[in-house]
Amino acid sequence: MVRIRRHLLELARLSREDIVGLLDLADSFGGISRRPIKKVPTLRGRTVVNLFLEASTRTRSSFELAAKRLSADTLNISGGSSSVVKGETLLDTARNLAAYQPDIIVLRHGSAGAPHLLAQHIDASIVNAGDGLHEHPTQGLLDLLTIRQHKRRIEGLKVAIIGDIAHSRVARSGIVGLSRLGAEVVVCGPPTMLPPGIEALGCRATPRRDEAVADADVIMTLRIQKERLAEELFPSDREYAQRYGLDPAALKKAKPDCLVMHPGPVNRGVELHPAVADGPQSIILDQVTNGLSVRMAVLYHCAGGGEA
Amino acid sequence: MGTLVDRRQAMDATAMRRAIRRLAHEIIERAPDLQRLALVGVRTRGVPLARRLQALIAEAEGVSPPVGELDITLYRDDVFDGLAIPEVRPTLLPFEVQGRAIVLVDDVLFTGRTTRAALDAVMDWGRPEHVRLAVLVDRGHRELPLHADFVGLTLETTRDESVRVRLVETDGEDRVDVRGREGAW
Repeated sequence: MVRIRRHLLELARLSREDIVGLLDLADSFGGISRRPIKKVPTLRGRTVVNLFLEASTRTRSSFELAAKRLSADTLNISGGSSSVVKGETLLDTARNLAAYQPDIIVLRHGSAGAPHLLAQHIDASIVNAGDGLHEHPTQGLLDLLTIRQHKRRIEGLKVAIIGDIAHSRVARSGIVGLSRLGAEVVVCGPPTMLPPGIEALGCRATPRRDEAVADADVIMTLRIQKERLAEELFPSDREYAQRYGLDPAALKKAKPDCLVMHPGPVNRGVELHPAVADGPQSIILDQVTNGLSVRMAVLYHCAGGGEA
Repeated sequence: MGTLVDRRQAMDATAMRRAIRRLAHEIIERAPDLQRLALVGVRTRGVPLARRLQALIAEAEGVSPPVGELDITLYRDDVFDGLAIPEVRPTLLPFEVQGRAIVLVDDVLFTGRTTRAALDAVMDWGRPEHVRLAVLVDRGHRELPLHADFVGLTLETTRDESVRVRLVETDGEDRVDVRGREGAW
């Protein structure tokens, strides 16, 4: 039985049992999307607000579809069209939305801790859909679920996370979730993208790709955000691809059944060679499918939750 | 409120075996076409009951109807009323629901709310030719206009009593007990 939580703010707050409970729940929800009628009446009459104050297509559409498959009503508000551009503060925006009595507010925000702020002031369940450089808990859960479905376990697996670790909330939620379930996590990237002290989250760090990849059961590649080029964290796409991109030759150093993952959208030829992205070891589309199941499980859980 | 205690045994293993055998024969008798028959067990104990009926039908008629497993949690009208989040188990219907003669199988028929939820769940998988209901025990106190087509045992109970079905597959023994609050006769 999963402990009831009203909000989902970060994986760092969840116990191993909480995480496994949510993964089991998500596994069950997966079946709904494979039926003729892909909808259950569970959240009929509930309202889910997707407040996305930072660009997002896949996470937002995944949350929206998850809510719809549970029969909840959805209201989508995104950065460009919101009154935030007119100078309204986050809390004021949220208070105005709360006046409609939504049951759940899903928040994507550029600042770490924004969902925590809402949780303190707003009378609705808050689900973190990515806050600044902090966490992206549903991404962490869907990655765990996808690995578990393919490997039947998490414990004892060697997982390499390669990319801009410093600017990645996906990496942070990944490290926290994977290490809590007993995986051995190695993070890898150019030294400018490896934050000092990252080991405290429960991982090793190395700037050498081949060392990270050696004998890996899973390799999670991260999107290189090209806007970081301006910050001169790496010299060029080409050099990044050569030293940190996952190509067929680098993949050979991992275990033969090593899984390749990416949170999307992929920069083909930069962090991921097209032959690897489309190869038999890639489970990128399973991640997308599982994202829906995980978000259904999270909405179901938060809608039924009492105490924070 | 006292703790629940056994008040009387309603069925032992022999009585249960005979009741299920009779249910199997009634289902055969009323089935328009055994080839189109499918048994759908409502989790948890409806599933092993459906499997027993399947085996008995196969033994008698040489046709083994497929068995599905239905989890109705997401269709319940009280899903969030409790203190804990209800677990959701997968629903597995390994056959086309469209045009099937479906027999829902459950252990106890009480208020009818589980059956209502089960009907909605089945309909989301397709349009069956018809749906009938088989239960091991009908204990009365319906809150919805529903009835069972096949009943193993009709039990007189009071509203505050509870009926506990135990099956070898899930609980290690076959028996049915009526239970009540201690000191609340």
